[in-house]
Amino acid sequence: MTTTQESPLIPPLGEPRPQPVPVVEETTLASGLRVVVVPRPGVPLVELRLRVPFAAASARNAGVHAARGAVLSGAMLLGTARHDQTGIAQLLQSHGAELAVSTDADRVLVGTTLLPGGLGPVLELLAELLTEAAYPARQVDGERDRLAERIAIARSQPGTIARSALAARRYGSHPYAIQLPDAELVAAVRAPALRRLHRERILPAGSTLVLVGDLDPRAAADTVAAALDDWTGSGTAVEAPPVTEQRSAGIELVDRPGAVQSNLRLGGPAPGRTEADIPAVRLAAMVYGGYFSSRLVENIRERRGYSYSPRSAIDHQRAASSFLVEADVATEVTGPALLETLYELGRMALTPVTEAELDAARRYILGSMALSTSTHAGLASTLTALLGAGLPADWLATHQRDLTAVTVEQVQAAAARYLAPEALTAVVVGDAGRVAAELATLAPVTVTGSGGQG
Amino acid sequence: MTAAGTDLILRHPIERFTLDNGLRVVLAPDRSVPVVAVSVYYDVGMRNEPEGRTGFAHLFEHMMFQGSANVAKMEHARLVQAAGGTFNGSTHQDYTNYFEALPAEALERALFLEADRMAAPAITEENLRNQIDVVKEEIRVNVLNRPYGAFPWLQLPQVAFESFANTHDGYGSFVDLESSTVDDATDFFSRYYAPGNAVLCIGGDLDVAETEKLVRRWFGPVPAREVPSLPYTGEPSPTTVRSAVVEDALAPAPALAIGWRVPDPVGDFDTYLGSVLLAEVLSEGDASRLERRLVHDDRIAIAQSSYVGLFGDPFDVRDATLLTTQVHHPAAVPAERVMAAVHEEIGRIAEDGVDADELRRVQARVEAQLLQQADSVLGRTLAFAAAELVHGRAELAGELAARLAAVTPDAVRGAARGLDPGTAAVLELRPAGGAR
Repeated sequence: MTTTQESPLIPPLGEPRPQPVPVVEETTLASGLRVVVVPRPGVPLVELRLRVPFAAASARNAGVHAARGAVLSGAMLLGTARHDQTGIAQLLQSHGAELAVSTDADRVLVGTTLLPGGLGPVLELLAELLTEAAYPARQVDGERDRLAERIAIARSQPGTIARSALAARRYGSHPYAIQLPDAELVAAVRAPALRRLHRERILPAGSTLVLVGDLDPRAAADTVAAALDDWTGSGTAVEAPPVTEQRSAGIELVDRPGAVQSNLRLGGPAPGRTEADIPAVRLAAMVYGGYFSSRLVENIRERRGYSYSPRSAIDHQRAASSFLVEADVATEVTGPALLETLYELGRMALTPVTEAELDAARRYILGSMALSTSTHAGLASTLTALLGAGLPADWLATHQRDLTAVTVEQVQAAAARYLAPEALTAVVVGDAGRVAAELATLAPVTVTGSGGQG
Repeated sequence: MTAAGTDLILRHPIERFTLDNGLRVVLAPDRSVPVVAVSVYYDVGMRNEPEGRTGFAHLFEHMMFQGSANVAKMEHARLVQAAGGTFNGSTHQDYTNYFEALPAEALERALFLEADRMAAPAITEENLRNQIDVVKEEIRVNVLNRPYGAFPWLQLPQVAFESFANTHDGYGSFVDLESSTVDDATDFFSRYYAPGNAVLCIGGDLDVAETEKLVRRWFGPVPAREVPSLPYTGEPSPTTVRSAVVEDALAPAPALAIGWRVPDPVGDFDTYLGSVLLAEVLSEGDASRLERRLVHDDRIAIAQSSYVGLFGDPFDVRDATLLTTQVHHPAAVPAERVMAAVHEEIGRIAEDGVDADELRRVQARVEAQLLQQADSVLGRTLAFAAAELVHGRAELAGELAARLAAVTPDAVRGAARGLDPGTAAVLELRPAGGAR
């Protein structure tokens, strides 16, 4: 770490002011749906998030499940017994809303912002979608075909190619290996399969509904209970099966002939949100490459100009968390850039960070948590993720205290375990003809299929 | 609209004053969350670049993070982030901005940092060479190494406009970037980064009197310099169709962008608002005209969107600008067919207008989106700053929802009449090079 003489002019920071802790009103409906309401002053808006666990029940059907789930998320809004697609969209729009439905390997998420006066009608429409989404055959076919085109476009993006290759290499046959559904499996999806999937898997028990904003909590909870009264169904929504990650040695090089950049990706396991060493690992990832004032950015961007936005992060899925490193670098400097990336990882694992680095990373995490939860939308999304991970809403407060207590030694122990190059699986997407030989000086290289270019 | 017009005006008080060196200062206090946002907007953007120096405004933005008289390289980031704050900057057509969002106790530190680089950024040969490399990587990530990389924001203006200001690549050519010198950067700084050419806007948990004192302490000593006059970027309206085709070796499917000139975003603001709402009527959500026609009924598009302003914000640009309709369509569907359907839908609005219910729904949706932006201290502060710089009135940002709610169906119909198929700029993107 370079040390610089700080100018005496720089104004000192005042005493931190306590961040307001959100007041959370929680109820569970007879159906098992967990309802969390957070009244917030500020702009007259409400943010709504419904999370339904939606994992593949087993590895065997994961491909089909991912394909159907992807079509289902677009097709849920195609009509009900009472409203056609345009009617649904118009009703929402008149309350300032537009439902976004998305799926991933863990859940279906339905979210929108809305004007407060629309809470009742929007919840009633949500109930209608949950209990009587029609999946009309002709519209489902159209949605499916557009999705196939969108997947083809996504697969041409180098970042998507890299993410998919890394997940496949790390997770093997576990459903988390699938980052984008297979086009042929998508093409085989039909409306009856979606109706069955919806009936069997869109279930209230295990699901959470979060409302944040300009609300009276009691009245809002009553409105939810009345509107979602008919959303029943036996069984509990499905969470992902446990993951055993296999670390793969060497570098997988996905060939993308003619690429002007190489996409470097490293990934390995990280502790989950509920595990004791997560605060130390978050801090280690931050010091390494988690923000602009990090070692990786200083080295390969600001000192060497190899990359525009190198970064590292902890990514949480329900059954597996990851430490991830990403850097997109010019083809000519692929080898040196990976070398520096690995060097900084080794340095994190083997030598202590400074107190100043640790304090800076800690204040940054605390400050950015405060910023991201200061808006209705940010708080609603954060709470949805926390509750979905099985954490209580007051984790926001306890995690702040846990971060404050982390020591330099704990960060080094965490880095030695989770950030060491030996703990990580590597994928590079780039022009194999130009980068394979120099990468091979760092680790054995396996070249795999075309990354879709040229 | 769902609320009376007066309720749509954000009730954030605005305070403003001007320093002797010409710096315009806007304060927007709101003490509900202990967070502040600090932004500096310089009145220089991509449209101000001289020939031979494409990309220079953006390259210079990078230079402003390389240290200054009392701040070493990398220290700007450390000082903000170690205070728990975030920062960034961005270059637009008509301005370059720098901003931080921080816990309230770090306000003075942010003011010091912005003032220090307004007075004397570290423009050195080493920093310039390093940032030219970083900018080239940025262009590779965002343009050269990805499908649809420059589509349509760098390519459509070349078809739609005439003047160098409006047509050149604002990201810059590698040749221009590489030949940039420290002298160029020093000249650019001295010409455009004068305090009198900037707006400082601070929002959030602040005390007005105390903040004014801090602003005077740190920015007051920055010497005044001459302020360049605002260049005229308007252009005569087009009278013919202009079109071009680009080939994209990485793209798996074709795309189409159609741009029409819209009224002057500043000088003819109320008429312009009709175009802003027309874009929403055309493409916002499943209820919109083009989503229904292109995606659901005719099934000739994978995705569509319409927006005013090249960067998607209609309220931070000056004349001349476009309403752009962008469509990604399957290879089996000819571009002409998509274009005909777009023109037909717009023609229908020009002919029959929109009904009041449809417009009211769209206005409610726009209102919610504006409120959502205003819910973030940073989002609100940036909107106030842009409105002060471009429109001369920060208050306008808080009034937008009410102004949009007052737009009539007739105004939207009038806007549609302006989107004449005979004056459109058309850019077709075709996949090439055997990409799958």
